[in-house]
Order: sequence, then C-alpha cells, then structure tokens
Amino acid sequence: MSKISVRFFARYAELAGCTWSHVNLETPTTVAAVIAAVREVFPGTQELPPQPLAALNLRQVRLDATVNEGDEVALLPPLAGG
Amino acid sequence: MLHLTRHPIGLNDLLAEVQGPERGGTCVFTGSVRNDGDVTGIEYSAYEPMAFAEIERLLSEAQAQWPGARVILQHRLGLIPVGEASIAIAAAAPHRGDAFAACRFVIEEVKQRLPIWKKEHHADGTASWVDPSGKAVAHGP
Repeated sequence: MSKISVRFFARYAELAGCTWSHVNLETPTTVAAVIAAVREVFPGTQELPPQPLAALNLRQVRLDATVNEGDEVALLPPLAGG
Repeated sequence: MLHLTRHPIGLNDLLAEVQGPERGGTCVFTGSVRNDGDVTGIEYSAYEPMAFAEIERLLSEAQAQWPGARVILQHRLGLIPVGEASIAIAAAAPHRGDAFAACRFVIEEVKQRLPIWKKEHHADGTASWVDPSGKAVAHGP
C-alpha cells in the first residue's frame, strides 16, 4: 500500500473536517479511486459532487489521471479567483 | 514581485514591473470587492503553491502569445473590505491592442484556472462561500 497525500480547501475542508490527510491505496491508481477512498474515510465528503475538480501535483487533472506513491491530490471547490 | 499578497495592492509597483520605453501602451485591470447587499468584505483563500505555479504558467503563455508584451498580476488573499482590490493585472506592449488583449487573456484565465476561493462576510456576522456564478453555496458563522 502506498501513502497518497490529500488536501482539502474552502468548503471541502469544512466538509472533511481537515485541510490535509492521506489515504493508503495500491499504486498506480487514479484520482477517482483516491476520491472514492476519501468518501469512505471522511463521512462529510459524501456531499462532494460526483465529479469534483481535482489537482495532481499542482495541476488540474481529469479524474482518470494516474496517481503514484508520494503524489499529492487536491480536491478543489468551484474556482472563484479574481 | 509576489503574485500572492496579504497586503493592499499597489498599482504603481505593478506598472513599474511592465512599463518601459519600447512599450507605448499599458492596460491595467483591477477587480474589487463589490458592495452586494449586506456584504462587508470577502475572505479569499488559496491553494497557494498551485496558485503560484498556475500564475507563472499563464503569464508565460501570455508572454508567448504576445512576445513584445510584459504582463504581471497580483492577487490579494485574506479578508478584503468592500471597495478594495482583490486582483490587479498590468500589461504593457508596444501598441495598445496587444496590451488590452494580453490583459484580457490573463483575467479570463485567472477565472478558469486559479485555485482561489471566496467567502462573503455579511453585516449580521454570518459568512457564506460563493460559487463562480456568484451564488452563495453554504452558510456558516
């Protein structure tokens, strides 16, 4: 099992109850699998949309992007910069 | 210049970064906290390392698209009172067309790409997250 960092921001951090955690999964895996694991560990994140915006190592990615050990996945609420 | 700041944005500092004798046109865009109903201010938060990286990427893209232009942006974070700027972009180019185009490109990309969120603070002490269309999505203290 590999440790994958997960970060939560803004409203999603309130739902998760934390801004940072990790999940353990066999790698390589996908962002979608990381999100599925997050939903199990953090009950509040059940309220996340079915396909939330996500970033992998500081770049927005599709949910089928490959995740490897040591990667950082971030779940991004709808962007509101500017 | 820092792309992200927790202090009021100084436009003169941005202009100094982009203006030069070979660039005759300068375009500045600022976005400020709007007095929407009972909003007293907006609290901006960011995924800071990604926001910084994304700003670097989009400024590089603007530079590639308008090679004669220089563009800079600064986004403020933290609680910003109504009337103060949350973002400023300055673009200078040999001619005004490229300056306007580069400035417009950067603010539109900011809206699509920067991992930044805002929480409206209301006069009654409540606060609510805002989605990109301006609709409040959740209320809290």
